[in-house]
Amino acid sequence: MKWGVVRFPGSLDDLDSLYALREVMGGDARLLWHKEESLQGAQCVLLPGGFSYGDYLRCGAIARFSPIMKSVAKFAADGGLVLGSCNGFQILCEAHLLPGVLTRNRTLSFICERVIVRVENAATPFTRAMRQGDLLRLPIKHGEGLYVAPEAELGQMEERGQVLLRYVDERGKEDDAANLNGAMHSIAGVANQRFNVFGLMPHPEHAVEEMLGGTDGLGIFRSIVESVG
Amino acid sequence: MQVKVFVTPRKGILDPQGRAVESSLKSLGFQSVANVKVGQYIVLEIDTRSPADARDQVKRMCEQLLANPLVEDFTFEVDAQ
Repeated sequence: MKWGVVRFPGSLDDLDSLYALREVMGGDARLLWHKEESLQGAQCVLLPGGFSYGDYLRCGAIARFSPIMKSVAKFAADGGLVLGSCNGFQILCEAHLLPGVLTRNRTLSFICERVIVRVENAATPFTRAMRQGDLLRLPIKHGEGLYVAPEAELGQMEERGQVLLRYVDERGKEDDAANLNGAMHSIAGVANQRFNVFGLMPHPEHAVEEMLGGTDGLGIFRSIVESVG
Repeated sequence: MQVKVFVTPRKGILDPQGRAVESSLKSLGFQSVANVKVGQYIVLEIDTRSPADARDQVKRMCEQLLANPLVEDFTFEVDAQ
């Protein structure tokens, strides 16, 4: 399977993503420089974490205008699979490929923790190798991860099953204390209405080997591989 | 033409920075302070002689980049001098 990992100035997790996709998943993963327009035949495009363009103005606000984002938007409009983690999620929101926006954590502090997220919808290209209710232990590391969307829109998103991951406690229950950044509805990850674009604050690429503290990130990559077939 | 743009968190949107500043001000003794919001202040120049043109351009800048209408409001002042 062919993956494209976009590198913006300030991307940090591009190389870890390449490692996860190549060495662990055995895929053909390539770096895509943000100034280029070709996705080089990628079957899934990944926007990695980091601080693209220094996170100036708002996280993801400037990266959205990179030349490659036009190609990513067209790829998504044609049904291509796009995955954004952390800063990649912020960019997808700013680019209006996903609803809502990520704002400053309610603690005002940068949070670097391992969290538990629950799979809320396993009938999507990004979650199909898992089951609804599965608990994933994944790392987060961000200052702006508080998901915000208008309440009316959130209601519709919930009904349509667009909330794919939610922060929960060890028992798998929603709990304010487990929602570290204060995200509305404890949202950790959302998809678009077509379910071909998915953004999440946790980092699946940092959870692909036991040595890294767990392999729960693999479920997402395996789902994508299954979907592409 | 100089333009000053003010971007602030929308009413009703959680503003943890504003809340933290408000609580600090209160602890300093400014008990009557309320509704503190922390936003961004952007100054820019537009090469045009028409204030109407400047206003039109800066409004589009705000809508397309400087503010995110989901969570932020913007206002601006055009200095015609």
